Amino acid sequence: MSERPDLKQALGRLLGPSAPEVGCDECFAGLDRYVELELAGEDADAALPGLRAHLDGCPACREEHESLRALVGGEQAL
Amino acid sequence: MESAALTRAPRPLDEASREWLRALRGAGREEAVVRLHALLLRAARFEVARRRPTLPHLRGNELDEIALEAADDALMSVLARLDDFRGLSRFTTWVYKFALLEAAVKLRRRAWQGREVPLEPETWSLFSSSALEPDEQAEQSELLATLRRAIEEVLTPHQRRVLVALAVNGVPIDVLAERLNTNRGALYKTLHDARRKLRAHLGEEFE
Repeated sequence: MSERPDLKQALGRLLGPSAPEVGCDECFAGLDRYVELELAGEDADAALPGLRAHLDGCPACREEHESLRALVGGEQAL
Repeated sequence: MESAALTRAPRPLDEASREWLRALRGAGREEAVVRLHALLLRAARFEVARRRPTLPHLRGNELDEIALEAADDALMSVLARLDDFRGLSRFTTWVYKFALLEAAVKLRRRAWQGREVPLEPETWSLFSSSALEPDEQAEQSELLATLRRAIEEVLTPHQRRVLVALAVNGVPIDVLAERLNTNRGALYKTLHDARRKLRAHLGEEFE
């Protein structure tokens, strides 16, 4: 396959993650715990398998993960 | 796939979370609901502020209204699901995600209000790139032809429309769900199935 980063990115958007992933509902159910584990430096991916792959494949859930992480991380930094 | 979040035994609640639950279920409920709404409104405003640069056509008061609506809807969701909170995170982190979701969905839909949702591959511009060398142009043309053929051959019409709208045309999933009268989870399942079929068809070359 091409080594061009832009093509790889476009193909990634089209074909999605190759790893097993949870759906949007399971992602939402585990998102709060996932973010707290991430911020605590713990292994969130081991605790919630398939969630990271879903974030890679679903832009909407990814945006909400980024927002929750920024909001909670910002509060912890205060 | 079952999430570990749903299967793990609950850990002891932290004191602040316990206090929230006690207040929302006890005699001082009314005051606690007011405090909860304020918390949700702060989260919704946080999301609105994050997305504001992508919504230049919306005025400040419109954005405030969206944040307030998001907080109102999130409050209803949280109160209806209070028994679902199992203490796997702090209570505040748990409720924030409802406000962020409501605000994000409303802002995505507002951004696409009045716009046609393209369900056909009107453009393959996400694969285009300027200043390509001749060998790269040939590679790109070949890749595009392979992908388009696979999409035509192996997907159902519904899978094709969903894949093209979400992954080629960049339509937000909540916007498409609203137009097709379905929900995010069902649409993502369709997208996931379509991607899996495409991957299987295209084989290791695209891994």
